[in-house]
Amino acid sequence: MDILLQIIVTGLATGGLYGLIALGFVLIYKATSVLNLAMGEFMTLGAFVCFTALTQIKAPFYLALILTLASAVVLGIIVERLILRPLIGEPVISVIMVTIGLGVILKGVMYMIWTPSFRNFPQIFPPEPLNLNFAVVPSGLWWGFVFAIIGTTIFLLIFKFSRTGVAMRATANDQQAALSMGISVRWVFALAWCFGAMTSVIGGIVIGNISGISVYMGDIGLKVLAVIILGGLDSIGGAILGGFIIGILENLTGLYIDPLIGGGAKDVAPFLILVLIIMIRPYGLFGKEIIERV
Amino acid sequence: MRCGDFKETYIKDEEIFQSLFVKFCLGMFLLFLLVFPFAANAYMLYLANMIGFAVIGAVGLNLLTGFTGQISLGHAAFLGVGAYTSAILVTRLGFSFWLSIPFAGLVAAVAGIIIGIPSLRVKGLYLCIATLAAQFIFQFIFIHWESMTRGITGINIPPPRIGSLEFITEKEFYWITLFFIILGVGYARNLVRSRMGRAFVAIRDRDLSAEIIGINLFRYKLSAFAISSFYAGVAGALWVNFLKVVTPDHFPFILSIQYLAMIIVGGLGSVLGSIFGAVFITLTPELLNYLSEIVKIYAPGHEEIFVPMKEVIFGLLIVLFLIFEPRGLAEIWNRIKNFFRLWPFSY
Repeated sequence: MDILLQIIVTGLATGGLYGLIALGFVLIYKATSVLNLAMGEFMTLGAFVCFTALTQIKAPFYLALILTLASAVVLGIIVERLILRPLIGEPVISVIMVTIGLGVILKGVMYMIWTPSFRNFPQIFPPEPLNLNFAVVPSGLWWGFVFAIIGTTIFLLIFKFSRTGVAMRATANDQQAALSMGISVRWVFALAWCFGAMTSVIGGIVIGNISGISVYMGDIGLKVLAVIILGGLDSIGGAILGGFIIGILENLTGLYIDPLIGGGAKDVAPFLILVLIIMIRPYGLFGKEIIERV
Repeated sequence: MRCGDFKETYIKDEEIFQSLFVKFCLGMFLLFLLVFPFAANAYMLYLANMIGFAVIGAVGLNLLTGFTGQISLGHAAFLGVGAYTSAILVTRLGFSFWLSIPFAGLVAAVAGIIIGIPSLRVKGLYLCIATLAAQFIFQFIFIHWESMTRGITGINIPPPRIGSLEFITEKEFYWITLFFIILGVGYARNLVRSRMGRAFVAIRDRDLSAEIIGINLFRYKLSAFAISSFYAGVAGALWVNFLKVVTPDHFPFILSIQYLAMIIVGGLGSVLGSIFGAVFITLTPELLNYLSEIVKIYAPGHEEIFVPMKEVIFGLLIVLFLIFEPRGLAEIWNRIKNFFRLWPFSY
């Protein structure tokens, strides 16, 4: 078995996960121009809710999933209503800091409810790894990949064909025009937060399944920033493609650079890539280039 | 009785100490700071030192974020650069503590300029993400450049000395901290009313317009990054010299957030605000510690709730201040001052 091929396949599968979380960022950014740095905590919360539903209530997986998605909707609406709406029109720093503050609060609350101890997720996917002849994908990654693809497709279809999706795209394009066409921009904002929260809790469940859950698993949310910058902050397709690229690059660094400097390169690689992209092409692969006029 | 603002010259308007009363209050406060170490116990002096480092770092960050409008999520990285520079200079090259502090500031300033380069091209959100990436890259360097930083074991630093006089205890170090605070705050307060400070504010308000009226964006944005990181470097160097040890764990991402929280709670674009914020954010967790001690006595077993409670309250402070008082404690202070200045005829 070729190790390079194996690494690339693993990278693709991880990339699918990154893409899913990046999708959450993009959905919110596209509609409301807010970069939600509390995404990692949304993810963790989703994982914990699902975990509790599975172990305490002993619910079957599909029920736990529905419960988690419902909690994501509630979370999205509360956050949009109480925290982001008063800040519409405030400078970027306020909006970013408020999401960071929100993340800190969520982390503290989760710490109170679930204590900081590390837990293993109950087995919800069949444990057999996927054998592709030339490479083997561990079960968690493989199922995560499937979830990521399903989630992305659903959201892409909603955006493309449903009334709601068209309304969201219209709002992203021009809020004033959307308002005058009878679209409720408030509703679109709330919806964007719900969708964003939903994708991130799915991401949380999948990642929790792969590497176990703890209060601190949300740090991966920051890594995903590299993905959305690479793909373009407001491009759904870019988020997915960016996810794959970063996933593969990260795993390749793990393979080639780590032995040279003694580990850790895998975790810092996305940030190095991030700085490079920002210096060379800040709007990413498919993002909209902002032209400023005085 | 004063009932309004009657300034007739620009010089009068730009004075730092606007009235005799302010001068008197400031003098009293200075006197208090000088007497304080003789009355306080070791724990209070420890807190005073911690507040001091926070003040220096927060004033620096406020110059960059509050005055120039360039968001930095990587302030802790610059503290780290300064701290490691000082530690390495003192332990490896045998520099004295006093010489290592300005060098720590300078090296941090160079790091700040490098990190500030993206600010010439991008701003707002993108700059924020770039500085966040810098935070993680520096953290990685602190851990993995083991020949220089000794990795996670860290470096032990000997106490600073002048001649045969060693600065070991909190009380002795207090004087060093106080000296640097007065220097730092005084410089910042003067800087913001100078040509450069006004250029900073112009860039914050609208960078393109600023460039059109002849402000060199390249120069001033990078100066803002350099000065801010210099402050951070000095704060970091003082801090680790006080702790006598430096490890990568001292400069996590949450520290950057704490510094941002200080200037938001204190007031963006206000030197006085950074001081308020630094005091407030440093003392709040200590207050909670104190509360948890009380709870331990009266309701044992419940004090563990205070560990996450600190985080929740810290987050709540950020969110509530942003929503309800975006100009921070400095604005509240002004309001109180104005109330009493015009009292009892406030209209």
